[in-house]
Amino acid sequence: MRYVAVQQNDFDIGAESRLLRDIGSNVGAICTFCGLVREFQRESSDKSVEELFLEYYPGMTEKSLQEIVDQATDRWRLLGCRVIHRVGALTPGDQIVFVGTASEHRHEAFESAEFIMDFLKTRAPFWKRQTGSEGTEWVEHRESDDQAAKRWQS
Amino acid sequence: MLSIYYFAGIREAAGRNSEVLELPESVTDVQGLINLLAHRYPKELSLLTESDRVLVAVDQTVVKRDHQLRGDEEIAFFPPMTGG
Repeated sequence: MRYVAVQQNDFDIGAESRLLRDIGSNVGAICTFCGLVREFQRESSDKSVEELFLEYYPGMTEKSLQEIVDQATDRWRLLGCRVIHRVGALTPGDQIVFVGTASEHRHEAFESAEFIMDFLKTRAPFWKRQTGSEGTEWVEHRESDDQAAKRWQS
Repeated sequence: MLSIYYFAGIREAAGRNSEVLELPESVTDVQGLINLLAHRYPKELSLLTESDRVLVAVDQTVVKRDHQLRGDEEIAFFPPMTGG
């Protein structure tokens, strides 16, 4: 099972997890990650976020997520993998992204989920525009995200 | 014809989402296209020459500046990704 979705609607972590479990009795480990909209940016804790708008590149975004999922599935021989990324207007506390991996043993599920998030952040065309007390601005790309993705290349 | 798309801050600077452009014979690669656009729209698109802040995708794959163009591709300009 390899599933990728880019959608405005929210998702249900429980339902997603059950779909991975239902793959079969050979599934011994499921790892799920969910990213949320933070109210405060890490660098400047006094700047609060009222709205986060996510823009994407229809076609390429889905394609790049699929490629990341395919890479992870091959590298860790996953039994299942589901990735959902929301777009449009979100507010603090909202779920943005879901990654769920299923494997026979825990290491594959843990590692592949982290790999998928690191690559998603640097390879999948999404852009965040935040509106808050300081007005509206595009979120700057973080160098530390590039470093996080590079460690998988060995 | 080239179909050109702009995203995020570059879309706002360009003042439009997309455009269609006939590739002149003198332009053979992505860098040539960037030079052409920056020259044609100096106020809006000179930022395309800032290579560390602009990524280019050809037919939905990120490429380098020396990527050769045929003239019928889908081109996209966008800043480094900030999803997740």
